[in-house]
Amino acid sequence: MAIDIPRIPLGDWIESGLTYLTTEYSVVTRSISRLTQTGINGLNDGLMWLPEWVLMALIALLCWRLAGTRLAIGAIAGLALIWNLGLWDPMIKSLTLVVIATLVAVVIALPVGVAAALSERLYRVIMPILDFMQTMPAFVYLIPAIPFFGIGSVSAIFATVIFSMPPAIRFTTLGIRQVPKELIEAADAFGSTRSQKLFKVQLPLSLPTIMAGINQTIMLALSMVVIAAMIGADGLGNEVWRAIQRLRPGDGFEAGIAVVILAMLLDRLTQSFRKERKQ
Amino acid sequence: MSDTRPVKIKVRGLSKVFGSQPKKALELRDQGLKRPEVLEKTGQTLGLSNISFDVYEGELLVIMGLSGSGKSTLIRCLNRLIDPTEGEIIIEGENIPELSEKQLLECRRRHFSMVFQNFALFPHRTVQQNAEYGLEIRGVDKSTRQKTAADSLKQVGLEGWEDAYPNQLSGGMQQRVGLARALANDSSVLLMDEAFSALDPLIRKDMQQELLELQHSMKKTTVFITHDLDEALNIGDRIILLKDGEIVQMGSPEEILTSPADDYVARFIEGVDMSRILTARSAMHPVRATAREDDGPRTVLHKMRENGIDSIYVTTRERKLLGLLQADDADRAAKEGQQSIAGLMTQDFPSVGPDEPLHNLFAMFSDKSFPIAVVDDSRRLLGVVVKGAVLAQLAETGEQ
Ligand SMILES: Nc1ncnc2c1ncn2[C@@H]1O[C@H](COP(=O)(O)OP(=O)(O)OP(=O)(O)O)[C@@H](O)[C@H]1O
Ligand SMILES: [Mg+2]
Repeated sequence: MAIDIPRIPLGDWIESGLTYLTTEYSVVTRSISRLTQTGINGLNDGLMWLPEWVLMALIALLCWRLAGTRLAIGAIAGLALIWNLGLWDPMIKSLTLVVIATLVAVVIALPVGVAAALSERLYRVIMPILDFMQTMPAFVYLIPAIPFFGIGSVSAIFATVIFSMPPAIRFTTLGIRQVPKELIEAADAFGSTRSQKLFKVQLPLSLPTIMAGINQTIMLALSMVVIAAMIGADGLGNEVWRAIQRLRPGDGFEAGIAVVILAMLLDRLTQSFRKERKQ
Repeated sequence: MSDTRPVKIKVRGLSKVFGSQPKKALELRDQGLKRPEVLEKTGQTLGLSNISFDVYEGELLVIMGLSGSGKSTLIRCLNRLIDPTEGEIIIEGENIPELSEKQLLECRRRHFSMVFQNFALFPHRTVQQNAEYGLEIRGVDKSTRQKTAADSLKQVGLEGWEDAYPNQLSGGMQQRVGLARALANDSSVLLMDEAFSALDPLIRKDMQQELLELQHSMKKTTVFITHDLDEALNIGDRIILLKDGEIVQMGSPEEILTSPADDYVARFIEGVDMSRILTARSAMHPVRATAREDDGPRTVLHKMRENGIDSIYVTTRERKLLGLLQADDADRAAKEGQQSIAGLMTQDFPSVGPDEPLHNLFAMFSDKSFPIAVVDDSRRLLGVVVKGAVLAQLAETGEQ
């Protein structure tokens, strides 16, 4: 009775597509790879070159300026603990990946988000793609990253950018669409060009919302950077990974706590930035 | 309102259909159907239908109508915040609906600035930066635009508030910023869409007064929208009444009050305090008899007896008012054999200009009950107002 429906070779198609892309565009991927690696190394070396206490002081100062004394004290305590646990280097490596991935994600997300806000047609194309990107399990992105960029940090950045970008796009679009209609009318009535309207009215007014999106992007980037240890990204994730392989739960938890501290710091910092701009 | 004044904006056959099949809606309109039927048959809203009017240079034109009558649509068609479906809007030889996007920007910058019902101030900009906006986008250099904006802020009484943000100001002050932002732009036409409707009544009266003063001193062509008749009568040089997207009446405040075009207008003007609106001119009668300066006392007495009056205004040949002569004095002079009335006149009588509001006239009727003389700028006698006529005029317009 069973009707033999041939299995759709979806996986095969995707694979051959990827093979095609990796071979045809190897020049592109290789130069992207080199560029990214240079960025990672530069930032990483810079942060490592600074003595631990100097960097701690700088971060504390930033926290104090943006959010006040409490966060500054919290930052010093948290970072001191990481230093004490001997997790300073992996923490810096993770931070580097987060910073670079976020930068790339935001640079792509802002124009895309703006475009989707201004064009109804683009909006209808982009929103389902974002849904798709966000519901796809995180580490699936790791797999195509490898044929493109090989094992290591560049692949981690690639996967992280894709995984963490959607909220930045979504919130940018939302922010711009939320600008009250009367203000758009006012800008139009005085004869603003499209770009004057965008840069003098729409973007400044959606900044708090955009910052909320960037905050989420940073959080997602951090979680992905940890997972990316599976494809050879250095950092705190790698510490966890090693602890699992060696069955040393204590080490694993220590690295986990370091991730939590880093996450809280980044979160509070970006949130306070948002609040400051809101006034 | 003489129609010889230069025309600033000429609107002809302007229509706006909201919906996807404007042609169909306009066809039905041409067959004589009105907005409700058109909506029922086609699902299209006839926002404006075949509107024609002129805005004169320097006047304050009020467009009035109930909610949904199309006021906002009309004012937004003028600067094309809404694209009209058909018709012409001509300003300085340019037909606005036909302008390209670039020309439209230029036209908006040069000709129009707008004040909005809910102020529409930019919350991320200071008061000063808000006032500078129009100049900034036109690329005016920083020091010039700062000075111009500061001047307009001063004009609306906001000196010292330059660095505040809009949300730190009261509603009345926010709308002053809105007004300053529009004035700083020095466009040739000011568009105001229910600009004072969100303010509470006292502030609103103040703002109306200030607008009037500004408008008198600057002679800025202004199109002002309101749904409030008192406001319209208070500030308008002319009023256009809209209903269901069509003009039902157009004229001076007085014309609208004294001869409402139809029931809609009449209902609108119910409950207005007429005495504030009507002027001496509307209650004035032609003078039945006047005396000349070279008449003798007997002639004058004769004129008075003939017309059944016991006092008479004396004028020159050119009808210039010289004074008032009472019957008693003329009688005495006649008995004494005087030949001239020159020394007998009194100056103790009330006189007003033709635009004096009626409610100011009540207090002038003295015990002696002289009629009030209505004179023009060169004191020529235009007519007289008697007490009964004022009341009759009020009663008459009140009934309609
Ligand atoms: N964008 C639109 N789409 C469809 N119909 C519209 C649109 N804008 C206005 N209308 C309709 O056109 C008519 C005129 O609206 P308009 O806003 O000009 O009225 P208004 O006189 O300004 O009223 P209000 O006093 O409430 O502001 C109304 O029936 C309204 O529902
Ligand atoms: Mg309106």
